[in-house]
Amino acid sequence: MTNDRNETQETPLIVVDGLVARFGEETILENISFEVFRGEILCIVGGSGCGKSTLLKHMIGLLKPAAGRVVFEGMDITVSDDDEINRIRKKIGVLFQSDALLASMTLGENVGLPLEGFTGLSPETVQLIVRMKLGMVNLGGYENHYPAELSGGMRKRGGLARAIALDPQVLFFDEPSAGLDPVNTAELETLIKGVNTGLGTTMVIVSHQVELVLRIADRVMMMDREEKGMIATGTPADLRLHETDPRVRNFLFRSGTKQGKG
Amino acid sequence: MEMTAAGYHFHTRIGDGAVLVFALSGRISLDNADHLLADMEGILEKNAAGGVQVDLAGVSYMDSAGVLALFRMERKVRGKYRSYDYTHIPPRIRGIMELIDKEGLERLPLRQETRSEGIIGIFGEAGFKIYGDFKALMTFLGDLVAAAVHLAANPREVRWGDVLFYMRRTGAEGFPIVALISFLIGLIIAFMSSLQLKQFGANVYVASLVSLAIVRELGPIMTAILVAGRSASAYAAEIGTMNINDEVDALVTMGFDPIRFLAVPKLIATALVLPILTLYSDLFGIAGGMMVGVTGLDLTPYTYLQESQRPITLFYLLSSLLKSLVFAFVIAWIGCQRGFQVRGGVEEVGAATTSAVVTSILLIVIVDSIFAVVLHYVG
Repeated sequence: MTNDRNETQETPLIVVDGLVARFGEETILENISFEVFRGEILCIVGGSGCGKSTLLKHMIGLLKPAAGRVVFEGMDITVSDDDEINRIRKKIGVLFQSDALLASMTLGENVGLPLEGFTGLSPETVQLIVRMKLGMVNLGGYENHYPAELSGGMRKRGGLARAIALDPQVLFFDEPSAGLDPVNTAELETLIKGVNTGLGTTMVIVSHQVELVLRIADRVMMMDREEKGMIATGTPADLRLHETDPRVRNFLFRSGTKQGKG
Repeated sequence: MEMTAAGYHFHTRIGDGAVLVFALSGRISLDNADHLLADMEGILEKNAAGGVQVDLAGVSYMDSAGVLALFRMERKVRGKYRSYDYTHIPPRIRGIMELIDKEGLERLPLRQETRSEGIIGIFGEAGFKIYGDFKALMTFLGDLVAAAVHLAANPREVRWGDVLFYMRRTGAEGFPIVALISFLIGLIIAFMSSLQLKQFGANVYVASLVSLAIVRELGPIMTAILVAGRSASAYAAEIGTMNINDEVDALVTMGFDPIRFLAVPKLIATALVLPILTLYSDLFGIAGGMMVGVTGLDLTPYTYLQESQRPITLFYLLSSLLKSLVFAFVIAWIGCQRGFQVRGGVEEVGAATTSAVVTSILLIVIVDSIFAVVLHYVG
């Protein structure tokens, strides 16, 4: 995978260029620029309130920036019309912090939603794809269960099944391990890596869980509330071994984690 | 044989051992996977072969829906041919194949979709549901009465600040809508009855008809229904939301009885303001009737009010207030019970809110019917 990534690193999938985010008078993100490369797992980390989730919402077109661009496969989504954004949305999947499964629908109907919304597939094919995706996240057989009948970890995996329903090019995760115990976190982590290697999906993960990030990230981008943007970027090993910024070291080592990828 | 469709291309040949080889190339994805499956099926029907082989060497892109189409093909031809296999699988497609639980595709859901059990089953299920609901309502009624009795003996324990808050929410904030609806109902009754009574020159009886109808029946029941719509739903939503946010459990761990803490202040507030709102409703209903009487029936305000007063006895007025007191109890009881029974997620709060309004209105009408019969004999 590393070789594949080196080949494709010249053509980033997403380019965030000079992004400025404001809520009213308050500036949340100030002139932030970076790229996301095909097939990589990019983890965006930082303390509470540093603007990680805001950045994610800008990247998926839910918020419009005050200035700057978000370019997905050459298309600037900040100036795209609804049809263009919908075409882009077919290529992305999002797993929200709260799993965001629709409570009034069964798990199967939830996973089938993007297939119904974006394709004209027959109900039989939709059902089979739903079954396949649920199998991929170890939820085979649960298609007729309602979200309220599932545990937090199962709901999170159900959200992942829905996010990968269309084999998206890129998957966004907002605090994927929030509210999960270590066993469920480990299971989700395995699934994220499995989908990344199996489907070749690019991953952008927003998290404040250092352990998770260091284990799965190809590249880490650290944000800071005071700076209103990025303060460090690199592989987990680079940051652990060479980063001298005390804020980064404090964030990485306060958890006491010594294990990491890269 | 060669075949081209949107995005992909394949040709077939007979290989060693009479194996039919499909050599696929191009892009196979969600958009054309069904098409590919249909093409392959069509060719297999026309060609007799000992086995099937799918050559994926030329495939530039295949997503999981494409792999699923191949697996579906495999499932369809299984048993009909000696062999079915894939050759030259690119690493990426192999990765997807490994990710898919092939056996899982045929596994039945752990829970089958609920099918209609027939008319007896439906009635049976509804019966059990009503019984369970009745039991829950009665249990809560007992708890609420016990809590109210306890607080009546220990009035210092009542959260009077909350009582005042809910009096404002239920009473003061509910007053404008109660006044407006009562005025309009009084006006409508007066207008409709005047159309008939005018024919007999009995205009003056419109006043007594309106006042009797409003004070004895419509004032209490209309006010109660409006308050049920506004406040029973609000009580259910508030307690329901607290329940799913673990706030109710937090109260218990801090040593509070949630019914005394949350339900009794609402009960006291509703019981205090509903009779007052009912009196206002009576007044505005009569005022609505008076507007028709004065403007359309040539009655003076004095005559109208005098005629209105004639059929109203103290017994009617007190029984009307007693009724509103019972309605207040019903509203607080049902609203709070529906809130406390919320379990699970936010969607249940919506269901509890609706149920609080529907059940309390139903009970208000039932209680009113009982009052009508009892008061007929007592009065």
